[in-house]
Amino acid sequence: MTTPPRAVSRSTKTALLLAGVAVIAAGCGSSGGGSQAAGSGGTATGTSGLTVPTAHLPVLQKIGKGEGQLNLIAWEGYLNPIWVKPFEKQTGCQVNAKYAGSSDEMVALMKNGGGGQYDMVSSSGDADLRILYAGDARPVNINLIPSWKDFFPAFKSPAFNTINGVHYGVSLQWGPNVLMYSRKDFSTPPTSWSVIYNPKYKGQVTVPDNPIQIADAALYLEKTKPSLGITDPYELTQPQFQAAVSLLASQRPLIEKYWSLASQEIFDFKNGNATLGAGWPYQVSSLKAAHFPIGDTIPAQGATGWADTWMLAAKAPHPNCAYMWMRYISTPKVQAEQAVNYGETPDNKLACGFMNQIQAGSCDQYHANAPLSYFHSIALWKTPLATCDNGKQDCVPYTQWVAAWNTQVK
Amino acid sequence: MESRGLRIALRIWVGLVLAFLFVPIALIVLYAFNRSNIESWPISGLTLHWFSVAWHDPAPRAAFLLSVKVALISTGIAILLGSAVAYALYKFTFFGREAISFLLVLPLALPGIITGIALNSLFSFTGIKFGVLTIVIGHATFCIVVVFNNVIARFRRVPGSLAEASTDLGARGWQTLRFITLPMVATALISGALLAFALSFDEVIVTVFTAGAQNTLPLWIFGAIRLGQQLPEVNVVVTIVIALTVIPVVIAARVAGAGAITRSARNVPVAESGAGTAGDG
Amino acid sequence: MAVTAEAGERTERGGVRLRVASALWRRPWARATLLLTPPLAWFILLYLAALVVLLITAFWQINPFTTSIVRTWTLSNFTTIFSSPAYRSVILRTVGMAAAVTVVDGIVAFPFAYYMARVASPRARTALFVAILLPLWASYLAKVYSWLLIFTHDGVLDWSLRHVGLSQVHLIYTNWAVFSVFCYIWLPFMIIPVYAALERIPNSQIEASQDLGAHTWRTLRSVVLPLALPGIVAGSIFTFSLTLGDYITPLLVGGTSANFIGNIIYTNIGIANNVPFAAAMAMVPIVIMAAYLLCARALGAFEAV
Repeated sequence: MTTPPRAVSRSTKTALLLAGVAVIAAGCGSSGGGSQAAGSGGTATGTSGLTVPTAHLPVLQKIGKGEGQLNLIAWEGYLNPIWVKPFEKQTGCQVNAKYAGSSDEMVALMKNGGGGQYDMVSSSGDADLRILYAGDARPVNINLIPSWKDFFPAFKSPAFNTINGVHYGVSLQWGPNVLMYSRKDFSTPPTSWSVIYNPKYKGQVTVPDNPIQIADAALYLEKTKPSLGITDPYELTQPQFQAAVSLLASQRPLIEKYWSLASQEIFDFKNGNATLGAGWPYQVSSLKAAHFPIGDTIPAQGATGWADTWMLAAKAPHPNCAYMWMRYISTPKVQAEQAVNYGETPDNKLACGFMNQIQAGSCDQYHANAPLSYFHSIALWKTPLATCDNGKQDCVPYTQWVAAWNTQVK
Repeated sequence: MESRGLRIALRIWVGLVLAFLFVPIALIVLYAFNRSNIESWPISGLTLHWFSVAWHDPAPRAAFLLSVKVALISTGIAILLGSAVAYALYKFTFFGREAISFLLVLPLALPGIITGIALNSLFSFTGIKFGVLTIVIGHATFCIVVVFNNVIARFRRVPGSLAEASTDLGARGWQTLRFITLPMVATALISGALLAFALSFDEVIVTVFTAGAQNTLPLWIFGAIRLGQQLPEVNVVVTIVIALTVIPVVIAARVAGAGAITRSARNVPVAESGAGTAGDG
Repeated sequence: MAVTAEAGERTERGGVRLRVASALWRRPWARATLLLTPPLAWFILLYLAALVVLLITAFWQINPFTTSIVRTWTLSNFTTIFSSPAYRSVILRTVGMAAAVTVVDGIVAFPFAYYMARVASPRARTALFVAILLPLWASYLAKVYSWLLIFTHDGVLDWSLRHVGLSQVHLIYTNWAVFSVFCYIWLPFMIIPVYAALERIPNSQIEASQDLGAHTWRTLRSVVLPLALPGIVAGSIFTFSLTLGDYITPLLVGGTSANFIGNIIYTNIGIANNVPFAAAMAMVPIVIMAAYLLCARALGAFEAV
């Protein structure tokens, strides 16, 4: 290239012209993919008035021969070889795992390229509706899953995976977001979430890098600042929302790391980078298995939590294997294996006995036979919508949660 | 030219840089033997357990094979298309030559995440299904550029007189290409191909956005890292990859960087070298 | 003349293949087109088209609930980026980090490349080449993860400092850690072009400089450095652009202040699924690198590549 730089060469001008033509062509072009569920226009203000685009799709009548592969999007720890290997052997369906660390990631993965790559996703309550209304899930024939009959009533047809009687997946397990603490530094368990907001522990705290954390702050304020009037940590008016965001912004100097990968929290506790944190039972189980003195507790203010569903993708490439998986993962023994290894509560009533066989006392420890009151004490994840449950329209929708998290908190 | 003191100082610097480069690699190899699946310093104990885990685990093996497959296809495409455009740009002058040169710099000059999300948008827009094809498209794009850079640099340093002489002696275009031009650029082609293969094999950012449900080796490694239960297995796999590639890398170094035609350019007398460097740009 | 006569004779005996070859010989534009069509088709139909689609997407928005793309034209993504102090500081931080990494890598790489190109024996040169290429084969992710072990509390670094008698430092989850890891990972990409440029400098020019009475440092400054500059600039393109768009290193070793352009783009595509906003953010590094490339071309980088 010996020619000296010129202002705008002929070839550059041609390129710009071609690009301009392309822009115009795209703009005037056919509608194509996007916004299938935008029946309510640009800003969906609530679930009323929205329809699930895939509600009419036919369900499988009979489980056929397995396709040999199964592509699953799962939370870290949900595809432990302990229960995956027997499944693969029984059915011949090779499980390919893609891990996601947040509901947002799961929604994004399901949407990627218009779907069609993954078969199922183990989504939590705050992702389910978004996946459903985007048309990325399809109806499930719940009669093909015999163990469903043995589920706790609250999880048979919950509002987050069953719309108008149509199931879009099978409920899986549920659990709390616990307060983790290093027993090396805390001989007595902390009794309040206030420890992670206490400047005394600067540089020792780790919390999830997830906008839904705002609900944890709101839950804490619900009990400690009743004057704000928070009743549901996911339905916040602007003043309530701002209070929660301010609390989190003031927490930032205390934070050593906002963890995005479960292994980051495990590493940080093990190496002493953090001594306090909010996390999943999975991290607790992993640290216990590595003989680290980790403690976990649900403080006085309660905790947020999540209830997961194995949701069936609208364009699942391996539907038979997907149904076999749903059938398998709902059985009492497998439910027990997952509950004990991860540290969560199974949705199948009959899992309790099996849990105690695997680890004595685990049924009680993970509340597998707990009364409804325990269930009600955990504020399960759900998508914050602009329409509050009481019908008013002044709740803050999730996109603002994301914006606030990225610009004001982090 | 350099004084003895300067040479010693340079040697020390080289030693420090080498230590800097290899301490993390040494840690990777060491922690392949870690007894605990959580990494902490000092190492908690040594075991060979993870080698057998890695050997029997189908997931990293499938990921490794997919990475090799993608890298081979991408490098193959790169060799063909990269050398074609290098030859064309070197030999011919035409409208748009500068624009093409600029276009060919972009895949390496623009951050990988941009290539990744741009291709992701294109595939979503046009409905191309995410899979091995889309991964290869992503990788081949920068592989072509790597090969192109190497080959055109060689073309510029090779005297054009040889090809002319061949034609004068009656060789047809095809014969000149096969017997004169190709051997002169062969080592540049090989070193470009090897670098392209290495970059494709370890590519993660573009692949995150262009892959479907399948895993290349870097994607499997990222999944294993986020899970946190199999970190020593990751180190085992990486150690094996390093061990496997030592031999090809040594061959590449001898063929491409440290030997052959390039050296001679330095010792050519002043007049010729003056002409050479002037004609190079 | 002799060629044409011979070719003419051969045409009678050769057949189609020879006729095609001769036709191509006489029409350079045909050969050029044949050679250029496949690679250009690739680049225009795939790469350029992808960039154009990305550019277009930056002007669209998403349905906030379902996150599907809504194709209404708007500048709101760009106004959000440039009017928000948070995003402006992200951009400045990223550019600053990229510049710092480039400068430090250039300084570290130059003596190393100089030794490799001009002082080392051929065998040592091959060994050093292998030493630089080998880390490229160790997985980027595994290398970054190793740095966690080095920087962590009571990790390799703290342990070493303790043994030397110095006090421990807290580098993990700081931008110093991110900076160090970037410098480490991109170093081979800086060494190789600088080495290539240094290697090409003819001995004769060095000798001429010395004949004219220059000491080593003067020769280095006035002869070697300017001749090596294209290589340095070429290497800097790599280090600058690689740092500009990386999100994995800040994600793994960075802390609460490790928000870089790559992270914003990644969280908006891979997590929030706000593709238009990510596309708008992606325009920033594109513009920055376009400017950088123009400067690099003025400095003669593309002659060395």
